[in-house]
Amino acid sequence: MCTTCGCGSETAHVEGRKITAGEHWHQHADGRWHRHHHGDSEDGHGHGDRRSGYIASLLSTPRPRHEGTVPHVIEVEQALLAKNDAIATGNRKRLAERGIFALNLVSSPGSGKTSLLVRTIEGWRSGTPIEVIEGDQQTSRDADRVRAAGARAVQINTGKGCHLDAQMVATALEQLSPAEGSLLLIENVGNLVCPAAFDLGEAHKVVILSVTEGEDKPLKYPDMFHAADLLVLSKIDLLSYVDFDPATALEYARRVQPEIEMIPLSSKTGEGFDAWLEWLELGVQRASARLEDTIAALQRRIRALERELAGRVTSA
Amino acid sequence: MHEMALAESMREIVESVARRNAARRVSAVRVELGALSCVEPQALEFCFDATMRGSLAEGARLEIMTTPGEAWCMPCGKTVALARIGEACPECGSYQLQVSRGEAMRVTEIEIC
Repeated sequence: MCTTCGCGSETAHVEGRKITAGEHWHQHADGRWHRHHHGDSEDGHGHGDRRSGYIASLLSTPRPRHEGTVPHVIEVEQALLAKNDAIATGNRKRLAERGIFALNLVSSPGSGKTSLLVRTIEGWRSGTPIEVIEGDQQTSRDADRVRAAGARAVQINTGKGCHLDAQMVATALEQLSPAEGSLLLIENVGNLVCPAAFDLGEAHKVVILSVTEGEDKPLKYPDMFHAADLLVLSKIDLLSYVDFDPATALEYARRVQPEIEMIPLSSKTGEGFDAWLEWLELGVQRASARLEDTIAALQRRIRALERELAGRVTSA
Repeated sequence: MHEMALAESMREIVESVARRNAARRVSAVRVELGALSCVEPQALEFCFDATMRGSLAEGARLEIMTTPGEAWCMPCGKTVALARIGEACPECGSYQLQVSRGEAMRVTEIEIC
């Protein structure tokens, strides 16, 4: 087991062979699977008795039970990410109320997220503003670059943290106070693993993969590509120098996320950038249109209630 | 490592439920982790003890049930088993799959006394 982060050999494989320690899978008649240590009785638990399907952690060091204390089981059924997801839902609601189109940009460090942002800000022709939330362990270098390009930005420093979460973004939104109808770009911490799990309240996760990273990244880091709706293939100006086939990268990405779309581009030369700007523009328009529909619907509701109220007053 | 964040989230959930039930302490925490979820069970185990220290669940037993993944295979027109994101349908080999089960990460129950 890695003593730095605790990740271990339990689900690791060496040359295709799984490293296990006397475990096997057992499937119930209703299709549910449990993992048992050798020596557990296969018939020793009834259907629906989930308690016996649990494997006690060998890493926890529990206190011995006191004599005479009867443990009482309380059902919880709560997702680990319930709190993050609730805050993310709040973020999403607040953004929708202001007709803002928000994107969560994720990638390895060095894929070109910030360069993409800078080029986007410089090439943006629409009247609506671009607002940015930057995430890095330390420094405000990225926020500085973005501000120099002409957009407002707030920098989140996570310290030892490896991903942005919904609370960080909620705080940043309060500070930034993005304009109504704006395009909000959230640049996540460079990390192709952890941010996949955390909803920030965005409309889409956009994964950026550069041609210098290898076309099999979607297979090696499936969680992130599975969570994304769009794959931006960056640094295509370098294609002649590397062994990278964009069609293969897309095929691999579609194995983990069949619905994913791809936009290849270069922030350096501008090649392919129009498609990216059009995709952004479409998202901004849809967010504004949805807000207008909501406002119109609310106004209709208000008028209906006013008519109802007027009816009650006259008949009273 | 995001398992720390997940363990802290677990602590909040466990403490909140324990307090609502007027527990003196939590002796066990049971967790369901889907095979397709974004968590490495052993990393979570590693964080558990350290994270629960100082809480009502200090010294509690952690028990994990791993549930396997399932996906709707569009060509087959039915639900199939899926061991990992990125694998093909075990029956027809297609990747046209929509995950239907196995992404959950939840605290299912706690034991209090």
